Amino acid sequence: MNFNRDLLQAARRDWRLLALTVFLGVAGGVVVILQARTLSAILAAVFIGGQTRAAIAWMFIPLLVILAARALISWGADAAAGHLAVSVKENLRRQLIDHLFQLGPAFTRGENSGELANTALQGLESLDAYFSQYLPQVALAGLVPLTILVAVFPVDWLTGLILVLTAPLIPIFMVLIGKAAEAATRRQWNNLSRLSAYFLDTLQGLRELKLLGQSQRQAERVTQAAEQYRLTTMNVLRVTFLSALVLEMVGAISTALIAVQIGLRLLRGDLFFEQAFFILLLAPEFYLPLRLLGQRFHAGANGIQAARQIFALLNTPGLPEPVDSGISAVQKIQSPKLIRFENVSYTYPGQAHPAVEGVSFQLERDQMTALVGATGSGKSTLANLLLRFSLPTSGQVLVDGVSMEKIPSSIWRQQVAWVPQQPVIFQTSIAENIALGKPEATSKEIQAAAQSALLHERILSLLAGYDTVLGEGGARLSGGELQRLALARAFLLDVPLVVLDEPTAHLDLAQEVVLEETMQRLSSRRTVLIIAHRLPTVYRADQILVLDHGRIVEAGAHRSLSAADGAYARLLRVYGGGEA
Amino acid sequence: MKTTWQLLQFLKPFSGWVLLSVLLSTATVASGIGLLGTSAYLISRAALQPSIAVLQVAIVGVRFFGISRGIFRYLERLTAHSVNFRLLARLRTWLYRTIEPLAPARLQDFSSGDLLNRILTDVDTLENFYVRVVAPYAAAGLTIVGMGLFIGRFDARLGLILAGGLILSGFAIPAAAYFVSREAGRAVVTLKARLSIGLVAAIQGMSDLTAYNHAGSTSQMLNDLTTKLARAQRHLVWGSAWINASNGLLTNVTMLAVLWLAIPLVANGSLEGFMLPVLAMLVLASFEAVSPLATAAQYHSASQESGARLFELQRLTPAVTSPEKPAALPSPPFELELRNVSFQYEAGPDAVLHDISLMLSPGKKIALIGPSGAGKTSLANILLRLWEFDSGEIWLNGVDLRRFQPSAVRGLYSVISQSSYLFSATLRQNLRLAQPGSNDNTLQMALQQAGLADWVSTLPEGLDTWVGEHGLRLSGGERQRLAIARALLQDTPFVILDEPTANLDALTEAAIVDQLHSAFAEKSVLWITHRLVRLERMEEIIVLDAGQIVERGTHADLIKTGGLYARLLELQQRMIPLTFSSPPSS
Repeated sequence: MNFNRDLLQAARRDWRLLALTVFLGVAGGVVVILQARTLSAILAAVFIGGQTRAAIAWMFIPLLVILAARALISWGADAAAGHLAVSVKENLRRQLIDHLFQLGPAFTRGENSGELANTALQGLESLDAYFSQYLPQVALAGLVPLTILVAVFPVDWLTGLILVLTAPLIPIFMVLIGKAAEAATRRQWNNLSRLSAYFLDTLQGLRELKLLGQSQRQAERVTQAAEQYRLTTMNVLRVTFLSALVLEMVGAISTALIAVQIGLRLLRGDLFFEQAFFILLLAPEFYLPLRLLGQRFHAGANGIQAARQIFALLNTPGLPEPVDSGISAVQKIQSPKLIRFENVSYTYPGQAHPAVEGVSFQLERDQMTALVGATGSGKSTLANLLLRFSLPTSGQVLVDGVSMEKIPSSIWRQQVAWVPQQPVIFQTSIAENIALGKPEATSKEIQAAAQSALLHERILSLLAGYDTVLGEGGARLSGGELQRLALARAFLLDVPLVVLDEPTAHLDLAQEVVLEETMQRLSSRRTVLIIAHRLPTVYRADQILVLDHGRIVEAGAHRSLSAADGAYARLLRVYGGGEA
Repeated sequence: MKTTWQLLQFLKPFSGWVLLSVLLSTATVASGIGLLGTSAYLISRAALQPSIAVLQVAIVGVRFFGISRGIFRYLERLTAHSVNFRLLARLRTWLYRTIEPLAPARLQDFSSGDLLNRILTDVDTLENFYVRVVAPYAAAGLTIVGMGLFIGRFDARLGLILAGGLILSGFAIPAAAYFVSREAGRAVVTLKARLSIGLVAAIQGMSDLTAYNHAGSTSQMLNDLTTKLARAQRHLVWGSAWINASNGLLTNVTMLAVLWLAIPLVANGSLEGFMLPVLAMLVLASFEAVSPLATAAQYHSASQESGARLFELQRLTPAVTSPEKPAALPSPPFELELRNVSFQYEAGPDAVLHDISLMLSPGKKIALIGPSGAGKTSLANILLRLWEFDSGEIWLNGVDLRRFQPSAVRGLYSVISQSSYLFSATLRQNLRLAQPGSNDNTLQMALQQAGLADWVSTLPEGLDTWVGEHGLRLSGGERQRLAIARALLQDTPFVILDEPTANLDALTEAAIVDQLHSAFAEKSVLWITHRLVRLERMEEIIVLDAGQIVERGTHADLIKTGGLYARLLELQQRMIPLTFSSPPSS
């Protein structure tokens, strides 16, 4: 059966709701039996006993009461199951959100944000059917038929026997066919998503197709692809639907078997009409929970599929924080004099190859270090390690002799500022956006920071000045202005250590000059690690680390490196035009 | 309603299949009703202990319906899905044909950036329009009428009560449910959207949030949204729980009402006693036909919204229309001349291009430079007939460009932009888009000229290598070289280079610039760039600023004039003293 330990664990907090759902489900079964008994009594009284309506009118009253009770119980069971699902989803979603923040930027950077958000949102929603439908149904499929058997056996043991013998056929067939059907369904889904992907690809590349003069011809290919999809999928479905056919048959033929059998025994006078009709009414109710379980089997399978992703995420260990924050260590890292990377390696979880390997260097107070290298050479990984977004897989980062692992991240954050290429913009005022790291900052401090980042004039040119709302529907800043906003955040924070990621995008020249000037201001009297994309930056750096495939291949200042005729000198030469 | 009608039109070409599927669907429900009805009949007749012959028909009926139900269900599902897939194919083809003339100009006019995703979500929603909406309604309608008439034969009131009960259960209860939970439903949708936006923002901005100690407050905000979402979902649960309950109640009450009226009929002899249990069973079984309508209603309203959005696309007119009697293209050599061309986007207030004049004669190389937002790419879009210019003239060999078929004009250009789109297909398929039917030799030659031949020969699968989604498995340089190869295959008189090296690192940029110069030495080239690298090779440099030409001339001329170009170059030199300390040799 479709059980999943993690999912059952998740429902434990709400076991009362689950118990209530199952209890009400069984109670519903009992009421169904009572209804069948009363109804067959009424019919027997009129049809066999020849009673008038007036004589049996009173019997309608208990029946109405039973019906009302049945409706109430059904309502309660659905409500309880629904609440169970909502409650479990809410708890898991909270856990997931908290855990995402524990995993931190080193984890999220490697992931597709849309996909992660989708796991937390749609993925969790697909657990709804598991908890509200599948899980209670598993219990009901066992308990309700049992209740009905208890009622039927004393009345007619032969029918009871037929029920007992046919009942297991449904789950057996379900499991037998279900496995094949599941594989077929997965194949169908793959086909469909491939078709969707193809269609999306075609639409996204429409401009290109148009420029290549192929856009009109492509219409036929879209039709062909969809037709191809129909043909392959229909082949799959022809088999898949057989399962439903068999299940349907087992239920319907069993009902037919019971009807014919009790009909013939009535004929011989072995049975009374009232009992026979009672049994006939109950036969479909006996198979119903089993059939529903078959229908909801898919909901269960989907839920488990989703659960795998969710729990894989929840079980990914977060960044360890020192248990004993060690006050002495904390005191020592005020304005660190020397940060040493000692033989540091880091491998991203799930990756075979390390992103940086055996890297050693040191950052001295108030010096500027530039990281140079191609995409994927390990620059961001080193920045992450210094920001304590991740901890080395081997080797260590020492801050004035204290291992980074021993420094709580909340303490470290008061030492280091992070200036990304594209800062995250919140849909609030510019002032609040600048004060991200220091919400208590006065407007004077914020303006001073903006002035240092050469953003003050630009902000004043906006309609509402510092109160201008940014983001969607609000004011838009250019790429260069955005990075200056990030710089303003760092200025405001005023910490001794700065990690800076220079923009890779081309800005216009005027903006580049302004940006360069502000970066220079921020770097003076601070220790700076900069992911460099611009040569003027490296020219100024006290130390350049040239990275290649996660290793430092060259280190030194500009002057010595360009004289050395190594990788760095080669880079400059090509950039200079190949002929210089 | 209009949208539903329009959607139904899509089913017309296969209306035969639709009819068959609806009939099979009704037959499935009818078999279920038949099984319980004949079973009840068999038992009631048997209770009167007639001869076995009387029961024979009933026994056959029970057996027949027991088997037929499964078979009908199977056939019904097959035909319904087949209809559905045909609908899907038609919808997609229709959508493609609708969008094709609109792209890219009209599709960018939508302010919501992600139009494409919205369209695809809408198409996905409509995929279930037939199976989940049309088929259930049609089958339910037929069953209601059929059973109403069948039971009405015994007494008209009985038929009316059954039909009434079915209609209430199939239409009124879902409608009531919709109104009751509309508010909560909307809240759930908005909260999910907000949560999704918040999550994506938090994940993308995790570095900033963590670095600036803001993780706590953000996760607090997201958790608050989660709580609100759960609250709204609980509202929905309360709202939806009573639907099943009231449907069940309605089913049984309808059955009781029918019995209540039928019992006196037995007493006065107008109804046989054994029909009473049969009636009860028939009524109970009939409700199976309307049970899918609650979900059908939900799908219906979703389909209507999606359909309405898609049909809205039909109302858009292409940005550039073909002339009624297009002129035939002149014979080569080709020459393009722009005279005082101005252009502005519909949405924007400012003119993007103002009084642009230039002449692109055969083999001429023009560089178009200026800061971003100066209107360089807009000029390319106008030349490519993707956008219509507002005033001025463009002549192709002395004929107004607007007199030609836009697609014919586009055939004269190859374009390499900063991020060339590659389709998730093989290298060969991507290259062949430029020249369908070209053989591998031709492809190899183009690759050779684009400097990719060596790289391709190292690939284990060679030209059959899959480039991955959007060509993501290739590096930026490889992608641009592939675009060069594609342009070489197109072999057009004009080449437009729209910042082809903007996304590349300095090393690759230098190599690609060389490649471009040698590959298109014979062509008329319009090179759009803001990097002042080796422009001395260009015959004319046009400097655009805020949509206007502020300077033009050769590299040497412009240096001499000491205007904007010289200043930009000076800045560039000052910024990168290493690279430009000595003037680049020509």
